[in-house]
Amino acid sequence: MIWSCGAALVALIVCAPLAALGWQAWGASAGHWSHLAQYVLPQAAANTGLLLLGVGALTAVLGTGSAWLVSAYEFRGRRILSWALLLPLAVPTYIIAFAYLDLLHPIGPVQGAIRALLGYDSPRQFRLPDLRSLPGAVFVLGCALYPYVYLSTRAMFMTQAANVLEAARTLGAGCYAAFWRVALPMARPAIAVGLSLALLETLNDIGASEFLGVQTLTVSVYTTWITRSDLASAAQIALTMLVIVVGLILLERHGRRRQRYAAAQRMRPMQPLRLHGWRALLAAGLCALPVMLGFVAPALYLLWETQKRLHLVGGVSRQLWAAAGNTLAIAGAATLITLACGLVVAWAARATRDSGRRRLTQLYARAAGMGYAVPGTVLAIGLLTPLGLFDQALSALLGTTGLVLMGSAAALVCAYAIRFLAIACGGVEAGLARIPPSLEQASRLLGESAGGTLRRVHLPLLRPALGAAALLVFVDAMKELPATLLLRPMNFDTLATWLYGEAARGTYEEGAVAALAIVAAGLIPVILLARGQEKMPETRDRDQKPKRTAVDRHDPAPVHGDAPALAGAAHISDKQP
Amino acid sequence: MTASLELDRLSLAYDTPRGALRVVDELSLALPGGHIGCLLGPSGCGKTTVLRAIAGFEPPIDGRILLDGAVLSSAAHCLAPERRRVGMMFQDYALFPHLNVQGNVAFGLRRLDRACRQRRVAEMLEMVGLAQAADSYPHELSGGQQQRVALARALAPSPELLLLDEPFSNLDADARERLAFEVRDILKHTGHTAVLVTHDQAEAFAIADRIGVMAQGKVAQWDTPYNLRHHPATPFVADFIRREALAERRAAAYARGARRHG
Repeated sequence: MIWSCGAALVALIVCAPLAALGWQAWGASAGHWSHLAQYVLPQAAANTGLLLLGVGALTAVLGTGSAWLVSAYEFRGRRILSWALLLPLAVPTYIIAFAYLDLLHPIGPVQGAIRALLGYDSPRQFRLPDLRSLPGAVFVLGCALYPYVYLSTRAMFMTQAANVLEAARTLGAGCYAAFWRVALPMARPAIAVGLSLALLETLNDIGASEFLGVQTLTVSVYTTWITRSDLASAAQIALTMLVIVVGLILLERHGRRRQRYAAAQRMRPMQPLRLHGWRALLAAGLCALPVMLGFVAPALYLLWETQKRLHLVGGVSRQLWAAAGNTLAIAGAATLITLACGLVVAWAARATRDSGRRRLTQLYARAAGMGYAVPGTVLAIGLLTPLGLFDQALSALLGTTGLVLMGSAAALVCAYAIRFLAIACGGVEAGLARIPPSLEQASRLLGESAGGTLRRVHLPLLRPALGAAALLVFVDAMKELPATLLLRPMNFDTLATWLYGEAARGTYEEGAVAALAIVAAGLIPVILLARGQEKMPETRDRDQKPKRTAVDRHDPAPVHGDAPALAGAAHISDKQP
Repeated sequence: MTASLELDRLSLAYDTPRGALRVVDELSLALPGGHIGCLLGPSGCGKTTVLRAIAGFEPPIDGRILLDGAVLSSAAHCLAPERRRVGMMFQDYALFPHLNVQGNVAFGLRRLDRACRQRRVAEMLEMVGLAQAADSYPHELSGGQQQRVALARALAPSPELLLLDEPFSNLDADARERLAFEVRDILKHTGHTAVLVTHDQAEAFAIADRIGVMAQGKVAQWDTPYNLRHHPATPFVADFIRREALAERRAAAYARGARRHG
């Protein structure tokens, strides 16, 4: 009972910003709306739409193509590439954009090299098209986000495609025909899932579009609130974005529905076909290209800039250390709170036996996971009113003045917790799903209460899953930019906002150092994920062996949430004995 | 330790999206203290649900469950599982994977002081013949050993009643019968009242003093193994016992044939 009340409270807090958003937008005068509809929305919506289309097409091609190559063929370097293709997940979009802006600058290293090669000596004679454009943003975001599609499609190829593809081959379909006629149609649900996640990230992105001068809806929300302090308009644009989010979630649901159906089949990895000579080289080259563009080039650039900077100045400024400290502190606090909330929600859904209330607690779990789909700017705008109200109530209660939440980093912690709760919930749920219900019953019959069972049986067994979820939440909180920009207190910087500030000013002094720190932290979960992915078919086979129990019927992957997060959590909970 | 069990017109139901589905219908039976009872029936007849109700995981919609005359469950009141003094051995054994054999057996002995607890654990492991495996973890044990740990863990807190849910179904045929006799010896030695649920006749006849043949949520006959074989009360019981015996003979013949040819 206490647990389900706690879960209800958490769900309520997650829903509060969305409700507030609706209320603000509704309360705005009609004049706002007509102004928005006339001057702001058409351009921003068109930009966002084109960006989503372009990024969708690019990520689909890069992700599916590379997943097929590393799944269906054997060539030199395949093993390394199959996990290296995930590396761009470690680099947030704003960092890739930051790196490419400098790399591809008219007087930067790449264009300089091309001019030297072609014998020009001035940027006036020869220059590449400007990166600060919609196609430039599509390129940058596509390179950063294709791993979402790669991840889901590759998992699908590894676990489900073998039988059917072999059947197709015996029916006379060649390699190409097998891809176009069998593999691609089968992969469609997986592609849809990956695409929806990539596009949610696109919608969430503020850094890349802002640096590259693309006025998207996200950027409009930000500028409307920050430069014009017009909360009603910002809320209205944010609501428009929510419409797109709902569309993307429906796409994802649709994909997962089909996936669940397909997962009922027996799973076996496919036997890759060995390639030789130029074909092998071509395949390796094609797979290496996205890794180069999405990870190696920006990472090398950051390394180079960092060492140059450290060499030149001989250290890092005090302000940057302070920003790093801030980042660690609020990411750590957010991790603790998020995990605690996730545990409450997931345990409430698990421990409630009465079926009527059980449905309710499952609903809470759903609601608690919603934050992940909501773009950071939208969440931040929605949080402004509830946080303000809370502060007012608190200061009235204590008889003081001042803003407890809004004036401190507590607002950020709150936003992070709401946004990343899905990871914690998903991780704990997946971990719990692997613990057979009979353990709980055995503990109860041996005289232990519900709380004691959680403490003595489930928490020790959940430790790996909790650790994985903590890591993911921590790293995601470290990288978060859009909500941080809107909710941070005055003169308070995290590594991400520090980088943003430098890029926005065009100063490029210590931005690379901050970026490198973020990328280094981001690499940890990606490496864990990569290791887990390579093991996937083997663990699936192991799962097949024991008798089907209630555990198998449990769908471990909640609908929301980011693929690496869930895959990572699932992977680590795999290791339980 | 030799409590008698009585089920008095017990009715159980599952919640389904289309409303409550009655799976056990006015079931009554009585088991004297120290006896081993068995519910035998095809899968889906509701026998496991009865066991879970005795354990306290399923509240009844009607009727009562009494242990030594005290009401454990009724439609109005359902004592929490941890307060019933009922032990259970699960089909998948449900050993705690993060605890070793000692830790598992000691799990329900928290109220004892350290020395008593250790003595009790050693005693139980001695009884099931696993004293040398006290420090092993469940995944390092064979199926039969895991089962004995589960038995020791369930008996350690001296429950008044022991429930066994398809206890031998995860073992191969040879081990199954041997362990069934072994478990019977242990239970007779400690004098526990026990209720077993199974779909396997050989198991039921090997271990039980009383057998109830179940079908569609009702007990068709609650009687001694001898009477079931020789004086079946209904055509269904007669048919069920005969058909099972026939299938068993056929399976045995098939296994012999397979061994000869393979």
